[in-house]
Amino acid sequence: MQPQAQPIGGTLLNRPYKIILALATLGIALIVWRFAAGLGATTALSDGYPWGLWIAFDVVTGTALACGGYAMAILVYVFNKGRYHPLVRPAVLTSALGYSIAGLSVVIDVGRPWYIWRVPLYFWHWNLNSALLEVALCIMSYVFVLWIELSPAFLERWSAAGEGWLARTARKISPWIDKSLVWILALGVLLPTMHQSSLGSLIVLTGPKLNLLWNTAFLPLLFLISCLAMGYAAVVLESALSNTAFGRPMETRLLAKLEQVAAWGMLAFVLLRLADLAWRGQLALALRADHYAVLFWLENLLMLSPFWAAFGRRENPGRLFRGAMFLVLGGALFRFDTYLVAFNPGPGWHYFPSVQEIFVTLGLIALEIAIYIALVRRFPILGALPTRPPVEVDHQEERKWLNAS
Amino acid sequence: MDTDRRSLLKGLAASAALTVIPTEAEARERRTAPKNAVGLLYDTTRCIGCKACVVACKEANGLPPDTTGYGDGLYDAPQALNASTKNIIQLYEEGNEHSYVKKQCMHCIDPGCVGACMLGALQKREYGIVTWDPDLCIGCRYCQMACPFNVPKFEWSKLNPKIVKCELCNHRLAEGKEPACSEVCPRKAVIFGEYHELLAEAHRRLAEHPDLYVPKVYGEHDLGGTQVLYLSHVPFEKLGFRFGTDQPVPETQQTVTHAVYKGFAAPLALYAVLGAVMFRNRKREGSEDAEPPEDNN
Repeated sequence: MQPQAQPIGGTLLNRPYKIILALATLGIALIVWRFAAGLGATTALSDGYPWGLWIAFDVVTGTALACGGYAMAILVYVFNKGRYHPLVRPAVLTSALGYSIAGLSVVIDVGRPWYIWRVPLYFWHWNLNSALLEVALCIMSYVFVLWIELSPAFLERWSAAGEGWLARTARKISPWIDKSLVWILALGVLLPTMHQSSLGSLIVLTGPKLNLLWNTAFLPLLFLISCLAMGYAAVVLESALSNTAFGRPMETRLLAKLEQVAAWGMLAFVLLRLADLAWRGQLALALRADHYAVLFWLENLLMLSPFWAAFGRRENPGRLFRGAMFLVLGGALFRFDTYLVAFNPGPGWHYFPSVQEIFVTLGLIALEIAIYIALVRRFPILGALPTRPPVEVDHQEERKWLNAS
Repeated sequence: MDTDRRSLLKGLAASAALTVIPTEAEARERRTAPKNAVGLLYDTTRCIGCKACVVACKEANGLPPDTTGYGDGLYDAPQALNASTKNIIQLYEEGNEHSYVKKQCMHCIDPGCVGACMLGALQKREYGIVTWDPDLCIGCRYCQMACPFNVPKFEWSKLNPKIVKCELCNHRLAEGKEPACSEVCPRKAVIFGEYHELLAEAHRRLAEHPDLYVPKVYGEHDLGGTQVLYLSHVPFEKLGFRFGTDQPVPETQQTVTHAVYKGFAAPLALYAVLGAVMFRNRKREGSEDAEPPEDNN
């Protein structure tokens, strides 16, 4: 039997949490400044580089890091691997937070956000050729879907909370959610499949401005594979981190499996990428001595580096963690490069994010972590501790590694 | 795993593949200029760099001066296209070779910005002129990403920023006048007219003075063709025209997108199959959960 998810409790306002809150507050203050002073005064963006850190990292990379919910939904609900079920809720929570933050970043980044509501509502104006329209509509819907997917965690707790109006409403809604959940979960797989691949086709429209090492008609597929592999790897990272932070045993065996899936995915990614490059006759670009080629190989090597570790005979938590980190870094670098480094608007244009941009991004990440911690402490999200620790975990080694890092 | 479920999963794989793989779709058709298209023809051999067109453009479009470039804030001296400059004359100089070049929106026949714009704020409207509708723009700047000529500019310093770009003085055309830049040009270095006539005129000049020009009308085919055409006595790359490809900017992306989303069939099929698979799985719930974890290795 699966142990049920439980709130982990504990004190919220400890010292690390206060530091996180301070970072988040700084980020929010800078966001207020951005709306008071305008984009020109607070960012390093220009007419040559109209998209910077907030789009390339918060949206394009951030949503891929938040694909844990998508990746786990495929594993558990499509391929019916019930034993991974305890990993679903925390993954969906991270996804819901990551996607919400990405949405918020878009609101901060666009110049005329008070018109955003027109994008979903002015359907007779929709430009169906626009990949960005598809991404925008899909991400908007997916944020809702994710929070509905997560809602049982809230409803469970509220239903159990006596006879107040919240408890009564929760009990009334729960069966409805339960009944429609299959179709919501199906949307939760469909929507990311659509917009994560569209994030690839979106940047293809920049056409000749995009370096040919990255610019290919296969970008949609590459983006889809990378987000799935990053999703599984991110679940490994998050589990390892939250279990470390909250002093819980790692689900090492399950995580090792996930990392294998991610490693195979990234292998497929790199092979497809190289085959496509050869087929387009652009392999020579990868052999040049310029920063494009260096980044290209760095991405590929990071993605492949965990391969040996993922199939190691012992499920060593340290190796597992490092492997997942490399996978995530490789995928993140690929997406970040595609949107920023590979994009060349021509001579005379430069971009390096401003201090404000960087601290807004850091602040939003901090905000995400702060909400995550608050929610897992109060709501049943993380799987309950198993009654006896799994035999295959080598706690001594785990502890050794934890102390070392 | 029974056969039913296997076929469901197969269907799933197929529809997922349809959703993301660029199939051998019919290539997107190349477009031609609209019938009543108008445009400009600019000839570097005639331009003397007087910038009368820059001033006239600012006046006609009510654009503020740009005093940042030169003369301690005394002169309206823009260095390049920007949020207060829809038209500019620039100088290219290398050794003995020099040339002026006029920059403004090229009014592409198949524009990247139009393909990008979510609600169609940027569209080819009357006469094939690419214009911007403030009511449909959220300021996402995808048009800037997509423009191979870096033409659309964004009012970075404003709290209610607009996209600024040449709209070929369509407000003047409505009054029966021609664009300000071509009207004031003392040397007729830039002329306004019907697109096909301008193209014929360009070829006439090329045929008449082959010694004077690089043998090419820039914009006839480049990036799918533009309604603003150029003749030059120096290679076009030197004038800042980076791209010599004939492929329209939106072609690859739209070929892929249309292949995947044609009639929205693939996503709907994927949704149906996903729903069916999950529904079945839910019914069988519990049976697999009970499996001992040892089976997984």
